[in-house]
Amino acid sequence: MIEIRNLTFDYGSQTPIFENFSLDIGRGEAWAVIGPSGCGKTTLLYLLAGLRQPGGGQIVIDGRPLVRPRPGTGLVLQDHGLLPWANVRQNAGLGLTIRAFYGSDGRHAPADERLDGVEADRRVNHWLDELGLAALQQYFPATLSRGQRQRTALARTLAMQPDLLLLDEPFSALDAPTREELERIILRLQEDHPITIITVTHDIDAAVVMGRKILILEDGSNRHPQVIANETACGVDASRDGAFREKCAELRQLLGKLV
Amino acid sequence: MKNVLDIKAAALGLVMFVLLWQVLAWLVHRPILPPPTAVIPVFLQLAAGELGLHFLASAARVLAAIFLAIAVALPIGLGLGLAPGLDRAVAPLIAIVYPIPKIVLLPVIYVLMGITDVSKVFLIALIIFFQILVVIRDEAAKLHPELILSVRSLGAGRRALLRYVYLPASLPAVLTALRISVGTAIAVLFIAEQSLTTRGLGYYIVVETYQVLRYPEMYAGILAMSLLGLALYMVIQRIEMRVYRYQEGGNEGARSK
Repeated sequence: MIEIRNLTFDYGSQTPIFENFSLDIGRGEAWAVIGPSGCGKTTLLYLLAGLRQPGGGQIVIDGRPLVRPRPGTGLVLQDHGLLPWANVRQNAGLGLTIRAFYGSDGRHAPADERLDGVEADRRVNHWLDELGLAALQQYFPATLSRGQRQRTALARTLAMQPDLLLLDEPFSALDAPTREELERIILRLQEDHPITIITVTHDIDAAVVMGRKILILEDGSNRHPQVIANETACGVDASRDGAFREKCAELRQLLGKLV
Repeated sequence: MKNVLDIKAAALGLVMFVLLWQVLAWLVHRPILPPPTAVIPVFLQLAAGELGLHFLASAARVLAAIFLAIAVALPIGLGLGLAPGLDRAVAPLIAIVYPIPKIVLLPVIYVLMGITDVSKVFLIALIIFFQILVVIRDEAAKLHPELILSVRSLGAGRRALLRYVYLPASLPAVLTALRISVGTAIAVLFIAEQSLTTRGLGYYIVVETYQVLRYPEMYAGILAMSLLGLALYMVIQRIEMRVYRYQEGGNEGARSK
């Protein structure tokens, strides 16, 4: 589904974050991206979302080179993503509200591309229910817990029916029960929909839970993807058995070599 | 938001003000300070007639200036907030022009724009314009980059960002700036209306009453001008409170869930 071809990217000066970097990601796969802070994890997510343009090479999604945010890609950032002046319901419906007036290229949408209000309401209701936010519709972000805010951001993204979901540190600063609940919600999405999920994290446990494949990024220039397979240990419920611990140890060792 | 002026507080303040006025009038005991008992009946009697017309003329000028200032400051302020390079280039100019007391430009504006209502409105709009311009620019520039990126990832182009992010983000600050600058605007209106017009409270207070020693009528004019300022202040504050609702955490118990 995603082909990263000879990607090069830098923020102006210093060493580039990606240099001639290539990677293939298949449809419906679950990936985790892990690495020390500053290694370019979030940058990779922005590039995949079409919010940053590569300096060289290209990213092809579904056979099309990415030049702007693509309608089927959903991005959930770790914080600050919700409109502080809009309540949960308005925030969850923001993407659909925008889509009601503007096309995916940012211009006014032609009438036949617009989503009618009834369908938009139905979708927002569905995801508010699904994510346990139905009772919080009228609340403003400042009055919500972090987990509730994170779920609202997720509802907003899922209402757009993405086939690619990009998550930036979705579990950081969440307490353990909230975190497990959110992990369960996200992983369950893949059972019902053929959705590709890429989770960026600095947390080893979260990477092992969320990624069937784990991409390790290093500090400095990333030239070759370092990918480890994690078919057996992923999933929330596997969290306590030996395979999970082994995988965590393996990952810890690999990361240790990089620092 | 502290110091909210609601109807009850305003009424109480009015009573205290009238009492203080009465006491001062007794103490001073000169024609230049007539007691409220002499002024209020005159005010009520004139309000339905000529004073009312002068009030409407002044109110129309201030309102026109407010709308003109917003209409011009909004696109320029948002544009500067969205284009940091341009903002840096013109920031020194704005910093220099911003504190100039715009009233000194009155003669220049009269000569350039002619002695019409347009020039008076323009002068007041100029004052409000700079106040609003600066806050819109700063609010737009202050927005969290992550917020912009996540809204862009939902498919928002430039126009959608302006409409759903930048505009609502700067609205509270615009209202606050407006509420604060309305006082200055009315002070400047008072000066601008003293000459070259025959309508407006400034003209009424200075030319029609003060200069011919009609002190009770003059105070009726002062009262009308004060009410104009008070009314604008309270209306803006009301809108502000509606807009600020989200910051007050009005939904108790949300955290416990």
